[in-house]
Amino acid sequence: MTDPRKNDWVAVCTKKQLIPERGVAVLVRDRQVALFRVTGTDQQTGDPVDFVYAVGHRDPFADANVIARGIVGSVGQGESQRDTVASPMYKHVFDLATGECLTDPAGRLPVYRTWIAGGVVYVHPVPVTTTLVA
Amino acid sequence: MVAHRLVEALRDRDTDDTWAVDLYCEEPRAPYDRVALTSYFSGKTPEDLLLGDGELAEDPLVTVHLGTTVTAIDTESRTVSVDGRDEPYDALVLATGSSAFVPPVAGADLPGAFVYRTIEDVQALEAWVGPDSVAAPGVAPLKGVVVGGGLLGLEAAGALHGLGVTTTVVEFADRLMPLQVDEGGGAALRRIIEGLGVEVRTATATAALHAGGDGRVSSMEFADGTKVEADVVVFATGVRPRDELARAAGLVVGERGGVVVDDGCLTVAPDVYAVGEVACIHGRTWGLVGPGNTMAEVVVDRLLGGEATFPGADTSTKLKLLGVDVASFGDAFAKAPGSLEVVYADPVARVYKKLVMSDDARTLLGGVLVGDASAYASLRPMLGAELGSDPNAWLLPEGGVTPVTGELPDAANVCSCNNVSAGTIRSAVCDEGCTDLGAVKACTKAGTSCGSCLPLVKNLLNAELKKSGAEVSSALCEHFGFSRAQLFDIVSVTGLRTFSDIIAAHGSGRGCDICRPVVASILSSLGAGHVMDKDLARLQDTNDHVMANLQKDGTYSVVPRVPGGEITPDGLIAIGEVARDFGLYTKITGGQRIDLFGARLEQLPAIWRRLVDAGFESGHAYGKALRTVKSCVGSTWCRYGVQDSVGLAIDLELRYRGLRSPHKIKLGVSGCARECAEARGKDIGVIATDKGWNLYVGGNGGFTPRHAQLFAEDLDTETLVRTIDRFLMYYVRTADRLQRTAPWVEEHEGGLEAIRQVVMEDSLGICADLDAAMAAHVENYRDEWAATLADPEKLSQFVSFINSPEAGDPDLTYVEERGQRRPATPEERQLIAGPRLEVRAP
Repeated sequence: MTDPRKNDWVAVCTKKQLIPERGVAVLVRDRQVALFRVTGTDQQTGDPVDFVYAVGHRDPFADANVIARGIVGSVGQGESQRDTVASPMYKHVFDLATGECLTDPAGRLPVYRTWIAGGVVYVHPVPVTTTLVA
Repeated sequence: MVAHRLVEALRDRDTDDTWAVDLYCEEPRAPYDRVALTSYFSGKTPEDLLLGDGELAEDPLVTVHLGTTVTAIDTESRTVSVDGRDEPYDALVLATGSSAFVPPVAGADLPGAFVYRTIEDVQALEAWVGPDSVAAPGVAPLKGVVVGGGLLGLEAAGALHGLGVTTTVVEFADRLMPLQVDEGGGAALRRIIEGLGVEVRTATATAALHAGGDGRVSSMEFADGTKVEADVVVFATGVRPRDELARAAGLVVGERGGVVVDDGCLTVAPDVYAVGEVACIHGRTWGLVGPGNTMAEVVVDRLLGGEATFPGADTSTKLKLLGVDVASFGDAFAKAPGSLEVVYADPVARVYKKLVMSDDARTLLGGVLVGDASAYASLRPMLGAELGSDPNAWLLPEGGVTPVTGELPDAANVCSCNNVSAGTIRSAVCDEGCTDLGAVKACTKAGTSCGSCLPLVKNLLNAELKKSGAEVSSALCEHFGFSRAQLFDIVSVTGLRTFSDIIAAHGSGRGCDICRPVVASILSSLGAGHVMDKDLARLQDTNDHVMANLQKDGTYSVVPRVPGGEITPDGLIAIGEVARDFGLYTKITGGQRIDLFGARLEQLPAIWRRLVDAGFESGHAYGKALRTVKSCVGSTWCRYGVQDSVGLAIDLELRYRGLRSPHKIKLGVSGCARECAEARGKDIGVIATDKGWNLYVGGNGGFTPRHAQLFAEDLDTETLVRTIDRFLMYYVRTADRLQRTAPWVEEHEGGLEAIRQVVMEDSLGICADLDAAMAAHVENYRDEWAATLADPEKLSQFVSFINSPEAGDPDLTYVEERGQRRPATPEERQLIAGPRLEVRAP
């Protein structure tokens, strides 16, 4: 049986529209989602690979929709490196993979699943649950 | 709090694990930061206030019993009664603290009367006032009275005021904060607080609280028979030591309460100690956390076989109450015989400062600062030391804030919250190997409470590192081990022109929101191209990226350049029409131009199309770059003007527009010595003389205002411009990230004089290079906004949603105020739109 939610995936843009390491906001149904395309290295082959992270666009500390306009970066080195975005409002830093705020645990971004197929970026409108993220 | 400190310190120092600790807490939660209680109202949760990082809870030798009351102590059998059983002890420490004191007035127990001491107290107060008290229109705000105008009373008043309650503070003494500030300080404080809309009644005694028909408090009566309405009353009338256990156990108790202890914090009973607010030491109790922490350290030392004694305590305090700085230190009331008071009071600026000096006016004995306590961090460690300059210099607005560098005596108390001396900090660096601020804080606890001493701690750390020959870390962030100036040289010399290349060769990771904009700025200063070009775009802060200033609701403000502040009527009309057509809020800036607020991301190109067509260009209000050159009207119109200040200001602004720099740069040009352009408050100030121009450098407003210093006199225009060219270019190349010209000049080796030699006498032989760099800047300047409008790819980025380019952010909500629109507050938004559906990660 197919996953009943499979058809919920929403096509939002093409991969080409995403400038590496510069976010964009998209509407996924009525949710504002921030997308970040990040180039990393494939652990097995060593080739460059693209990831697209999707997190909530709303900065929970500022109550404004600005996360996509933040600066992408990383914390940590090597194995423990985590990709991050710093909100442009009060510079809170969020882990792009888990939505955790690394500078103030009181806030968190919802995290969405993305899927790239045929150069099109899809976002699933239901945020990933914390257990899945962890 | 003190008990927590004691257990922490004991576990830290008891490396042989000789003591197992049972911690009995009456409150239902682990020890928390009572000093920060008021932050509960600004959104901190009770969990945020918890002390420590949970280490103690996991320590097998520490057992924390929450919500557990000790009901009796038997010092003969060495047991305490808990939950009906007797627990033995080898040593017992009383850290029972105080309880809020409520004066015996009728009605003090009515519903609606509160005290202000525990998290439960503030939660009950919040629940009573209700979270919506501000929102409901047409409903009169609640009326609140705070009894007690001391430190705690003003905190409580701030909390009520913040909840939208119309607040009155009632103080029995003749002034606010009678224990900390003198008459003048109290008067200044009163003026400031009344200015915030909080009513103050001093020399007033409370007689009774009266209930309304519903049985709740409804009014308060004073001893003189007058009455005020009151829906809520908070008693902040001091504390009383919780010494009832000790009394029942037969321990000696002080005349005004408190368990009497000796210098070693030992009570009359063997192995029973008392610390913190419950302890009566040197004949008095101490209601501050600093002395409490000292007592905790004394007891820990004694428990481990030491001989430590309580040295007395510093009651200096610096606080922010209702947003007002108040500091009091040393002999604040000039009680020392023959002491002199030096007072600076400015009722208009609402500032009161007083220093108490020894009879020869040389040694600092104490002081009071109200309204502006920026000098506190520098002054307090100087207590008992010679000030070394005219005391006035510390009080006048321009002086005083010179931070003390590493020359403090070892005994000087740097962090009064945690009693950390300069010597302790130095030893943390030399002996414990701390090399950054975080390590020093973790090691000494300095700066971990109120944080006001951190700049001083940092100075001591750096001075000590330098002395020990260690490199003072000037690393930008975890990705680059270089300062901005070093990185500038690297980029300049290696010719690397993309971030990827630079970080691959000289850094690590992906970078972050600190190093990326720095590299972007360096590349721009070296003429790298448009801010939105691909490799640069991902480095920019949103302001630089979309060439506008982000505002609190996620929209932007737009500032067209108005060189020298000169603008034609047609120009004004064009800006006015744009603002009107796009519904933008308009305000005149301090830099003589016009700021247009509330532009959505997708509106920016259309707005700029109109502005560019009307002859305007980017004002770089969003950039670490030249902002404005402010001018007075000068000899063109002014009766007193001796030179054409507007003309020069326009020339300078057009010359340096778009110059990217370590921080923003502001210039000013005045047409005569009357200085109407306030040029000496700018990074570069030019003042006309009858022989030419005087040049001043290193001024700024803002957090640490500085007057610019005279750099050169009576220059002709050509020499003036060349000198400014070189000064700016030298600054751009060598200053640190976010370092304005004033601190750059100060920290430059040899100071202003050395910079003068570099710029005017070419002592480093770099002037030709600086001149060429500036010539290239002037030559290559292009208006960023005109360039953006001509590039469809750049324009395509100006959308709120890439999959719905026409749509604006649906969450933006505005209300009208004084004929213009402004963002709705969260409460107003609820009223307008109904509750929003929150999207949360489960």
